[in-house]
Amino acid sequence: MKTTPDQNIFWQNGFFVLNSTIVWTWVIMLVLVVLSILVTRKLKTDIRISRWQCILEMIVTGINKQIKEIGLKQSEKYIGFLGTLFLFIAMANLSIIFPFYEPPTSSLSTTTALAICVFIAVPFYGIIESGLVGYLRSYVKPTFIMLPFNIISEISRTLALAVRLFGNIMSGGVILSILLSIAPFIFPIIMSALGLLTGMVQAYIFSILATVYIAAAVSETNKTKRKHQILKNDHYG
Amino acid sequence: MDNTTLVAIVSIVVAGITTAIGVLAPGLGQGKAISSALNSIAQQPDAEQTITRTLFVGLAMLESLAIYCFVISMILIFANPFWNHFIK
Repeated sequence: MKTTPDQNIFWQNGFFVLNSTIVWTWVIMLVLVVLSILVTRKLKTDIRISRWQCILEMIVTGINKQIKEIGLKQSEKYIGFLGTLFLFIAMANLSIIFPFYEPPTSSLSTTTALAICVFIAVPFYGIIESGLVGYLRSYVKPTFIMLPFNIISEISRTLALAVRLFGNIMSGGVILSILLSIAPFIFPIIMSALGLLTGMVQAYIFSILATVYIAAAVSETNKTKRKHQILKNDHYG
Repeated sequence: MDNTTLVAIVSIVVAGITTAIGVLAPGLGQGKAISSALNSIAQQPDAEQTITRTLFVGLAMLESLAIYCFVISMILIFANPFWNHFIK
């Protein structure tokens, strides 16, 4: 049985192999980028705006609001990364309604790449917010004994992010193919409707968890900065 | 009974047990989470939005435990590394 779209090869020339994971990732990227460029080419601040601009404004405001609710007050700094993650995963999961489409998120390599992006983004934003030393200090909190556990949790949550998304989307595909072989009439439709719901929820979960991790790194460093400032003020005052 | 048959028997039995236990425990946990979320919505209907959001995040994290077991049983059945080792 085929469990991953990596094995489905479109085109091969010597060393280069183009499997359907790569092809569908490129298609989704192309659709998202071209659509955004076309819509944002003529933005208006009129009372009457085009309906596409209205849709994009709703999406951007909604994502901003969600990020703010979790605790990142300057959500404009983070929406570039988190919003892209959400839109890409949601688009990849919801496109299963098209025939001949295989979601690239049902391949472990795609989800691992996304999880590694989160793994790099967390220290990146933490260091931007408070410098290298301030961020590294957050690893030895509350005591020095917690250092190995903090590092282990950093790695294990990246693994969990990747396997969670991969497992959910892949299980949808596997259940669909098993059902097609035993009850091919109506049940596959119900299961793919459930797959749409699961895909949306998983996209939401992935971006929410990335937001929570970034918020933890940023607020941790903010706290140390504030404490130092208070200490300094006590010293001088 | 040669090595290949032994690997096949152990893989199939363990895949079944993995699915059984891996569905049982997260099912109990999810039931508990949903029942307490319903209780709190009944007590405070105003906070429904926050409770529902947190519930969904928590349910997805619980469900990922079951998904780990599913992935492992899939690997045991369809992509068993030991099986390939003995066939060669």
